[in-house]
Amino acid sequence: MKKILQTPIKDSDIIDLHIGDIIYLTGVLVTGRDDVHRRVVRENLTSPYDFNGGAIFHAGPIVKETEQENILISIGPTSSIRMEADEAEFIKKTGVKLIIGKGGMGERTAQACKEFKALHCLFVGGAAVTAASHVEKILACYWRELGMPECEWVLKVNEFGPLIVNIDAHGNNLFAQNKLKYAENKAICEEPIIESVKDYMNI
Amino acid sequence: MDKHEAKTKLANIMEKFIGLACKRLPDDVYAKLKELREREESEIQKVIYDTYFDNLDKALKLNRPACQDTGLLHFYINCGSEFKYIGIVEAALREAVANATVSAPLRQNAVNYFEERNTEDNTGERMPWIHWEIVPDNDELEICVYFAGAGCCLPGRAQVFKPSDGYAAIIKYVFDAVSDLGLNACPPFVVGVGLGHNVENAAVLSKMAYLRPLGTTHAHPKGAKLERDLLEGLNSLGIGAQGLPGKQVAMEVHVESSARHTATIAVGVSVSCYMHRRGFIKFNNDLEFDFSKSYKGVSI
Ligand code: SF4
Repeated sequence: MKKILQTPIKDSDIIDLHIGDIIYLTGVLVTGRDDVHRRVVRENLTSPYDFNGGAIFHAGPIVKETEQENILISIGPTSSIRMEADEAEFIKKTGVKLIIGKGGMGERTAQACKEFKALHCLFVGGAAVTAASHVEKILACYWRELGMPECEWVLKVNEFGPLIVNIDAHGNNLFAQNKLKYAENKAICEEPIIESVKDYMNI
Repeated sequence: MDKHEAKTKLANIMEKFIGLACKRLPDDVYAKLKELREREESEIQKVIYDTYFDNLDKALKLNRPACQDTGLLHFYINCGSEFKYIGIVEAALREAVANATVSAPLRQNAVNYFEERNTEDNTGERMPWIHWEIVPDNDELEICVYFAGAGCCLPGRAQVFKPSDGYAAIIKYVFDAVSDLGLNACPPFVVGVGLGHNVENAAVLSKMAYLRPLGTTHAHPKGAKLERDLLEGLNSLGIGAQGLPGKQVAMEVHVESSARHTATIAVGVSVSCYMHRRGFIKFNNDLEFDFSKSYKGVSI
């Protein structure tokens, strides 16, 4: 059965989720990347969108803006690691419950997810048309002066996903665990190849 | 056809070709991804691959770029010495890129150094990036277009080693590049390895390596064996699509080489992402074109 989260998200909705689980989101999803984090965390501005119980998407979309309406063309996740410096503080300040992006995040974010009960999830990189197809419409746009990729786009989404839980509300960190495993494997995988070329310099 | 007409014609065709190549994967890459999908077993890997294909299907149906990062445009050109319109190619490609930015549409990604402003049409200083090879006694123009997205450019690197480091240095260097920043570059990718004598030629060769059609091998038997061994080794790391656990981090490993200085060993590594938007198109002296090498049964 599909596990679908609904905004506003409560602690009890996510406490039983674990790294590696696949979930979907229905409700409101709001974009925010480098500049939104900077404004909230470093410039101490209050986000026009109240993230309490909400979901943030590390993404910069392509939007067709017309007089009548804004149409979403494509939207894909950007590397979450760029937001690592500010994410823990962002979680604490805003009460955001779900963070969606691409690739791993660090220890500080994992700690904040544990302390304040939040998740970091992965959306499949590059799948920008699939992502756009789960967005029903653009509800609002804030901080537009930051530019199209950086501002807050408030999106109404339906079963947005698949989302892979990368950091759970207990602070477990899937990417960090995997990186350790890969590093252990590296020496073993290199070894036979190095052995096979060891005489290549001899003539 | 005078030069002016030829330029307009080439620019028009290339604009449409860019529009095609950002929405559809070339046949060889698509087939390879299908093959990889069959070999992955974990649920997460299957879900990721299914999303890849769902996205590629929707991109075609809705006529939209398959990934939001349409990158910067690179053109690797094999130009016959007898091709008539060599003088207009560069200008035509610039025009094609600027026009395709609107018509495809492509994301605006180009920023000039020191000005630090988006040029808004994907052209800029030395951009699109063009690399020429001259083919003697030939009258055709073959252009390979590549969309260099940011994620797959990040892991790229090149370094010069001492001969005492031996061939082992090459292998460690490739493994480091793939298992470090490569995780964020949307695997599975084509790994290009360039072997040369300084950073510049090793880097260029690594690029030429990953542009090579899939299924081709290095000309030397030992080079071809190294490609196979590296592929097997990298795919034993336990890394799969999107950097999550799986069986295949690489679609292929391609090695290209030049002679080296007796006193240096240089290695370059470039990786593509799974969205390996790389397509070949060929023109004759009447500017009739053919891109069936990459996209069979498709028209623009
Ligand atoms: S690495 Fe490739 S598929 Fe992934 S977001 Fe970048 S351009 Fe798109």
